[in-house]
Amino acid sequence: MTAPAGRAAARWIGFRTTLIREFGRIVRIWGQTLLPPAVTSTLYFVIFGSLIGRRVGQVGGHDYMQFIAPGLIMMSVIQNSYGNVVSSFFGAKFGKYLEELLVAPLPNWLIVLGYALGGVIRGFMVGTVVTIVSLFFTRLGVLHPVLIVSAAFLTSFVFALGGFINAMLAKNFDQISWFPTFILTPLTYLGGVFYSIRMLPPWALDASHANPILYMVSAFRYGFLGTADVDLRLAYAIMVIAAVGMFSLAVVLMNRGVGIRD
Amino acid sequence: MRALVLRQLTKTYKNGIKALKGIDLEVERGDFFALLGPNGAGKTTAIGIVTSLVTKTSGVVEVFGHDIDRELEIAKSCIGVVPQEANFNQFESVQTIVVNQAGFYGIPRHVAKQRAEVYLKQLQLWDRRRSIARSLSGGMKRRLMIARALMHQPELLILDEPTAGVDIEVRRSMWEFLRLINGEGTTIILTTHYLEEAENLCRNVAIIDGGRIIERDSMANVLRKLQAETFVLNLREARTAVPRLEGFRAVLADDHTLEVEVSRGQSLNRVFAQLSEQGIEIDSMRNKVNRLEELFVRLVDSRGRAGAAEALT
Ligand SMILES: Nc1ncnc2c1ncn2[C@@H]1O[C@H](COP(=O)(O)OP(=O)(O)OP(=O)(O)O)[C@@H](O)[C@H]1O
Ligand SMILES: [Mg+2]
Repeated sequence: MTAPAGRAAARWIGFRTTLIREFGRIVRIWGQTLLPPAVTSTLYFVIFGSLIGRRVGQVGGHDYMQFIAPGLIMMSVIQNSYGNVVSSFFGAKFGKYLEELLVAPLPNWLIVLGYALGGVIRGFMVGTVVTIVSLFFTRLGVLHPVLIVSAAFLTSFVFALGGFINAMLAKNFDQISWFPTFILTPLTYLGGVFYSIRMLPPWALDASHANPILYMVSAFRYGFLGTADVDLRLAYAIMVIAAVGMFSLAVVLMNRGVGIRD
Repeated sequence: MRALVLRQLTKTYKNGIKALKGIDLEVERGDFFALLGPNGAGKTTAIGIVTSLVTKTSGVVEVFGHDIDRELEIAKSCIGVVPQEANFNQFESVQTIVVNQAGFYGIPRHVAKQRAEVYLKQLQLWDRRRSIARSLSGGMKRRLMIARALMHQPELLILDEPTAGVDIEVRRSMWEFLRLINGEGTTIILTTHYLEEAENLCRNVAIIDGGRIIERDSMANVLRKLQAETFVLNLREARTAVPRLEGFRAVLADDHTLEVEVSRGQSLNRVFAQLSEQGIEIDSMRNKVNRLEELFVRLVDSRGRAGAAEALT
């Protein structure tokens, strides 16, 4: 009935609509989505950057403030990409309006992609806000814009998908905070946001290499400062594999209807 | 071409409840079809399977010839559904909800905005288009879901209890609207607990109970059955053959029990007169509740007084 070309066009419109809806949600509840990261990142910069950072001196050949700025931007990108999808998707599931998408002629992978990119949009909006805040405290040069944007995109996409999967598996509101509390926050704090892993004792340095967030933060920081704690090729390999793996897992769960279809 | 075909459809939920035990159903294109049944009969489950909200356990579903196992996207694009319970984002505006839904079905935004105006006006929601959905009354929410279901102009509209909890005036205007779009060619399937509603709107009906279809007929025939009452007569003396009763259908349930079907308007006197002529004495008599009536009585019980009054008229 619908020609393949017509189907592709219909899918594109459907996909765009999911993005418009996610963007609308971010803007509508800006007090929950955009404001808090601006406030917390300001606090981080004041406390760690200005007050403590002055006594720390140089890290990896840079001012402490300059060193942590990319880390803090990336931390907020991670948290907000994750947070956007977990609450948007869980809200849709809990409020039953996910059914609006489930009855529509959209393939599951497109629904996953729509939510994930919604999370990326939030991640980038917040990342921009935090970057602007950081400019009040330090100077950030842009050495490799392509690295900055690609590392932020891949990281944001991976954690947006993490939020999606968590929301699918969660049965109640308590369960949407498991992943951030027990995995996301520890890995972020131990992922070289506030320190260079070269400052660590050998065993901790080795252990840190098992932490994917280390690679993401390092690649992103390299784009600004030109130095990294890890091999960039390895960092990109890890980010791409994580993105593909998470996306596939999310689509498989959707196809099985886990937590959304009886 | 049939709008909907269900073949041997079954559903067993994870908790072990067998909600559907092998349903066969065909609904013709252009039909106005009622799916009746008491609480828990399996109506919403069946609709859920057709609209991809529930995974079937086994069986076949075809929408305008498109099998949902093979051509799901096309099948979905043919259907508009109004669910039993509100399922929109309560914090979005009326207009946003209907325009976005059209988008999910691939309708370009400028077209969606024009249609939103048409349908929201027809359903008397245009003045409330900027209201947050949460602020609507129950009847308005139902109309919002009808408008939303029509945005991609589906060939098959499925409504799960569209008028539950809606006042009589709004209900009548909804009926008028549904008749209008059915007249324009949209096939409509609805579930309802109001016999009056099905009687007013629908040409064909299926009655589902305990996950099985127990009746599938034209509305007229079903009403005829409903209007025929069966009386159970206890005979003083045992009989082996059914007495002659002109104008009535009679069967012997056992040698002392005669069951006679009497349509509305027929006189019971004629039964007694013919029996007296043959020297048959009757000790007592009672009403036999037929399967269908039994069903409606149960329907009525589950819906309280308002429904009861309607079902009995
Ligand atoms: N998600 C579910 N999980 C488990 N059992 C369910 C689920 N949904 C429905 N059931 C069961 O399946 C049976 C059929 O329910 P269904 O909602 O299809 O009935 P219905 O005919 O729509 O009833 P009503 O008139 O009350 O809306 C019921 O026994 C119900 O308890
Ligand atoms: Mg129901």
